[in-house]
Amino acid sequence: MRIRESEVTDESLFLSRREVLRLGAMAAIGGSLAGCPGAGEAEAASPKEAPSNAKLEGVLEAPPRFRVDDERTSYKDVTSYNNFYEFGTGKRDPAANAHTLRTDPWSVVIDGEVGNPGSVPLETLLAKHTLEERIYRLRCVEAWSMIVPWIGIPLGDVLKRFEPTSKARYVSFETLVDPEQMPGQKRSVLDWPYREGLRIDEATHPLTILAVGMYGHAMPNQNGAPIRLVVPWKYGFKSIKSIVRIHLSEKAPNTSWNDQAADEYGFYANVNPAVDHPRWSQARERRLGEFRKRKTLPFNGYGDEVAGLYAGMDLRRNY
Amino acid sequence: MKHTIVVALAALPALALALRFALEGLGANPIEDVTHLTGEWALRLVLCSLAITPLRRFFGWSGIAPLRRTLGLAGFAYAFVHLVTWSIIDLGLDFDAIVEDLTERPYVMAGMAAFTLLSILAATSTRASMRRLGKRWVKLHRIVYVAAALGVVHHFWLIKADYRPAIVHAVLLAGLLGARLLWIARQPARSV
Repeated sequence: MRIRESEVTDESLFLSRREVLRLGAMAAIGGSLAGCPGAGEAEAASPKEAPSNAKLEGVLEAPPRFRVDDERTSYKDVTSYNNFYEFGTGKRDPAANAHTLRTDPWSVVIDGEVGNPGSVPLETLLAKHTLEERIYRLRCVEAWSMIVPWIGIPLGDVLKRFEPTSKARYVSFETLVDPEQMPGQKRSVLDWPYREGLRIDEATHPLTILAVGMYGHAMPNQNGAPIRLVVPWKYGFKSIKSIVRIHLSEKAPNTSWNDQAADEYGFYANVNPAVDHPRWSQARERRLGEFRKRKTLPFNGYGDEVAGLYAGMDLRRNY
Repeated sequence: MKHTIVVALAALPALALALRFALEGLGANPIEDVTHLTGEWALRLVLCSLAITPLRRFFGWSGIAPLRRTLGLAGFAYAFVHLVTWSIIDLGLDFDAIVEDLTERPYVMAGMAAFTLLSILAATSTRASMRRLGKRWVKLHRIVYVAAALGVVHHFWLIKADYRPAIVHAVLLAGLLGARLLWIARQPARSV
């Protein structure tokens, strides 16, 4: 990308602006997390047309390569139709039931092959980073998709702070387990906690982010508040929600859907129209809000950025 | 009169969805809503139709016998809308996609087989067919159990993790079949 001289910001100004943005974003996240739970309940019960969580201030607009041009899916659709089995197995269950999730206080344990492990309050985890808005495609393994303006930080930047050791080859994640807050966990539909994982090079890829908001506002409970993973070139189930643990390891971790049905849900789960799910086609998808199905793109359209990660691998076997 | 009531009741799930669309808007995936609702109620109404004979026998409600056909045809109507939604609206009459579904996906094959059997039953549901087929009509219409079983299998093969709704249907079908077998076992031996 070419940048005109006039657009280049003086470094001292840049740093000070970053500082201002960072502080602004932190205040907003802190505020939203400390916000009154009553308001959160009311809005979660019936998703509104517009976000009502705290607005996130000072969010940096990510470079164009992190922003797809497709029309954004409506806020209402993104917040009223999704899978989050912790709140029920129906698509409308998360919106109806996620109001019981308490996101403040929230801490994330980072352990395993890191030089600097610990349990970190969410505010502390975010404090050193600038929030960015990224507009990504999200393709569910069930052949529907949406376009979401996420707000988050690159996972790689976060991991670096905890000093991964030379043995850190995989990163795994766990969702909160608390059947009182997550009523879907009262039934063992999946083997709780929900677990997901990435290879370290996937985790540190610039496209991979930890998201704390969307549509300019703090993350709604039903979409994985307060902090979730977003890996846009993989099927949606890889993008684990409401994360309480990040673990680095030498060996490949077990992951929830792979444990559930290994022949249907692989560890990689890269979006691939040429490799069907054993029971349904992955060649096409329905974008929420659209009538006709559209063709699914290899790596969900992010092939230029990520295909190299899988050079020499048989994607039919490593699905 | 009782037929009118049963038809009105059978139409309620469709009306409820239409009302939701009218009041709340179409939502994120209306095609999926229509597909799921019509599939579920096709199966449920066929199960209701299968419940008529056991109810008649165990409670002596002889007047309800004609409702078998009404409920069965209502189930067929839902199955027909289900098929149309899948082939025309969901797949956009894309012939290749339809053929691919029918030849590669066992759940579609099971569903299509169930629909084919229900079509045969619907086509031979008239009094004229009953007269023409005589004793063979009763034998022919026993395939409704096969159609219902295929419907349950179709549902099972679609599920990712939560099998509860399909298990409910499977248990109901097994119960209805069991009631029929129990009835046959209790009959005094007779020469065929």
